[in-house]
Amino acid sequence: MTSKTQAVPLATPLALNRSAWPRRLKGLVLPVLILLVLEVVVRVGWLPSYQMPAPSEIALTLTDLAEGALWKHVSASLGRVVLGFVIGASLALVFAAWVGLSREAEAYLEPTFAGLRSIPSLAWVPLLLLWLGIDETSKIVLIAIGAFFPVYLNGVAAIRDIDRKLVEVGQMYGFSRRRLVRRILLPAALPGLFTGLRSGLSLAWMFLVAAELIAATKGLGYLLSDGRETSRPDIVLAAIIVLALLGKVSDGLLAALEKRCLAWRDTFQGAGQ
Amino acid sequence: MSVRALLDIHVARKRFADTTVLKDVRLALQPREAVSLLGPSGCGKSTLLRIVAGLEQDFQGELRRPDGEVAFVFQEPRLMPWLTVEQNIGFSDDNHYDRAWVTQLIEEVGLKGFAQALPKALSGGMAQRVAIARGLYSRPQVLLLDEPFSAVDAFTRMKLQDLLLQLAEHHAIALLLVTHDVDEALYLSDRVLVMDNRPSSIRQALAVELPHPRDRRDPRLAQLKALSLTALQQAHVI
Repeated sequence: MTSKTQAVPLATPLALNRSAWPRRLKGLVLPVLILLVLEVVVRVGWLPSYQMPAPSEIALTLTDLAEGALWKHVSASLGRVVLGFVIGASLALVFAAWVGLSREAEAYLEPTFAGLRSIPSLAWVPLLLLWLGIDETSKIVLIAIGAFFPVYLNGVAAIRDIDRKLVEVGQMYGFSRRRLVRRILLPAALPGLFTGLRSGLSLAWMFLVAAELIAATKGLGYLLSDGRETSRPDIVLAAIIVLALLGKVSDGLLAALEKRCLAWRDTFQGAGQ
Repeated sequence: MSVRALLDIHVARKRFADTTVLKDVRLALQPREAVSLLGPSGCGKSTLLRIVAGLEQDFQGELRRPDGEVAFVFQEPRLMPWLTVEQNIGFSDDNHYDRAWVTQLIEEVGLKGFAQALPKALSGGMAQRVAIARGLYSRPQVLLLDEPFSAVDAFTRMKLQDLLLQLAEHHAIALLLVTHDVDEALYLSDRVLVMDNRPSSIRQALAVELPHPRDRRDPRLAQLKALSLTALQQAHVI
């Protein structure tokens, strides 16, 4: 047994180390190639630079923005996403727990949620603008709606996927419902909850852009539409790059948290370490 | 016989939907006694065990459980994969479990050095040892076991059977075991109760009056095996 648990973790890193770097480099080949080709194509004049700015020009715009207004836009967008996501995801977790744990609640709530879910979320935009105006509230609500459904759906599925046999162990000990939730249901549902939170977060970014494109005076979506209106594709592309980075970083944070919380699932931790 | 019995059960009738699974089953367990329920799959022996454990409450009849604890070891280890071996053993006391007692149990089931291991790192036999230790944690008077060794290989099974006997002896625990392994039933128990097909009842009770430790090659065990096979045949189980 000991030889087995020791042999496995030893064998994997060795195999990974050899291929990890080349693989990462392979992943860079295509983007770098595209950037180089674009640079050349624009410089030579095959593509008009007022439509497709050269990558170097975009980099310059980005540094310009970074010295000026970029942080204002980033913090506005980040604030909206965080607030909208927190509200939407928290509500979704509450309802998912309720529907997941109680058949009664499911019978009452699930049909309504199924109906609401079938509305494409962007269809809410005009209504939200009418009801809540064009200021912050409507944007936050839209982002919250976007984040709600993936978290809710995955949450309910996560709870319903819990192995009945584990729950029975708690029943055997006469656990109260609360204790059952805290000791068994929550940890067992955690993998599914993380899946939901991560897809909810990516939808929150999507709805942020939608909300800011429609009506905003700051934020990355505003930067996008501002770039379009002033015919500055470099600004548009710079905003897209910042959005991609923010999306990647925020997802990375959740992924790191997931990895930490779910170490029991992913990794082989050898005996007695 | 049931004057000082630890556990006393009479199931007049237990049904699932339209099928009667158990009919007029009486069972009493004396302190430190080991009893096996032997019968075909689906005959209701696991249901009987679950009734005793309190997991199944919808039945007609009477159940008198001991004042002390009753613990259950399932067919699968059913360890919480997110908890370490130590935390799994002390599971019933959340995070303030008795560390010294858990450490002692880990040693008793032969898993010294694995206290911090996660269930993923354990073999099937080791995981079942943890499950047994978890069962013993609450210092039960009765340990209920539902085909506890059916998922491990034959050699591991023999080792686990010896471990179980040793622990039951050491901690003065009565065992009620469900199995469909005739050898296991005879090796472990003082009484073997043969159940028949549904609606099942106890068809025959065989006393195994052999002292412990027993020798698996003991010809008397072979004789008893022949007897129980006859009983199973008469019950149309085999």
